[in-house]
Amino acid sequence: MAELREQVKRKFGDAVLSTHADFGDQTVLLRKESALEVMRWLRDDPSMLFNFMMDLTAVDYLGKKPGDQRFEVVYHLYSLKHNHRIRVKAPVAEDDPTIDSVVSIWKGADWFEREAWDLYGIIFKGHPNLKRILLYEEFVGHPLRKEYPIRKRQPLIGPEN
Amino acid sequence: MEELDIEAALGDSVILTQVDRIIGWGRKYSFFLYPFITACCGMEFMSVAGPRYDLDRFGAALPRFSPRQADLLFVVGTISHKQAPILTKVYNQMAEPKWVFAFGACVCSGGMYNNYSTVQGIDTILPVDVYVPGCPPRPEMVFDGLIKLQELVQNERSSKWPRGKAPYEPRVKR
Repeated sequence: MAELREQVKRKFGDAVLSTHADFGDQTVLLRKESALEVMRWLRDDPSMLFNFMMDLTAVDYLGKKPGDQRFEVVYHLYSLKHNHRIRVKAPVAEDDPTIDSVVSIWKGADWFEREAWDLYGIIFKGHPNLKRILLYEEFVGHPLRKEYPIRKRQPLIGPEN
Repeated sequence: MEELDIEAALGDSVILTQVDRIIGWGRKYSFFLYPFITACCGMEFMSVAGPRYDLDRFGAALPRFSPRQADLLFVVGTISHKQAPILTKVYNQMAEPKWVFAFGACVCSGGMYNNYSTVQGIDTILPVDVYVPGCPPRPEMVFDGLIKLQELVQNERSSKWPRGKAPYEPRVKR
């Protein structure tokens, strides 16, 4: 049987920007507009059945990649049925840091997406309750973005230190 | 005449002391501590409080889980900026006299976390009496700190109290 990434590529063609299997990890890079559709198929297709979203996070490639693909949202999926894994990535632009929420596919994505919003400022469209999860509401900015000043402090009480 | 001479002259039937000293003596062997435990140092705190090292030997046995009943605030583990107002609130709720024990490197100085989320030592927001660094500190270090605190309490003058509220108010009221 063809590798998972090949099957995704064959099925969705244009939606797949690139694929690789470095270190044996099946990886597909998707256009963010199609990510929701592809991942719904990944969950439901009998040969895929990725019923477990293990991880969802973001990466900031400031200065390493052009602005229209500054962020990448990364999904790690696992199928309990077939015991196989795939990594899905979707580039997100600096001036439009939005992507469709996958909470409608995996409910467990809820808090992961809130965390990615909190720390990277990625807006997940369609998320039921997109607010900060780790930091406090008064916090300004998204501290894991590379341009966040490393010494900047925003205490709720006491001096800035 | 020295105190001891007077006591001897009266047939050792009386003890002469100062009120501050006898109150200090009473306090130092009866700490009621409030464990404010947030992180991995908590495991080491359990070891200290458990039967092997046994904090009870120093009279600091009973953790009170209400700040109203405690007089020693044990801050154990990293304090984040999100948590700092809560810590201050707990401190303010404790009845005087009260002492603060900084347990571990994160509480003393922020430890290895010099970043957007972590308070760089709780002494920036609270008065601290004893610092015990270490990541986490050995139980022996905690005892050393506790004995030093007992020494401090023994020699305190009653004019030190009340110490008053914590020096800072939260910027946002919740």
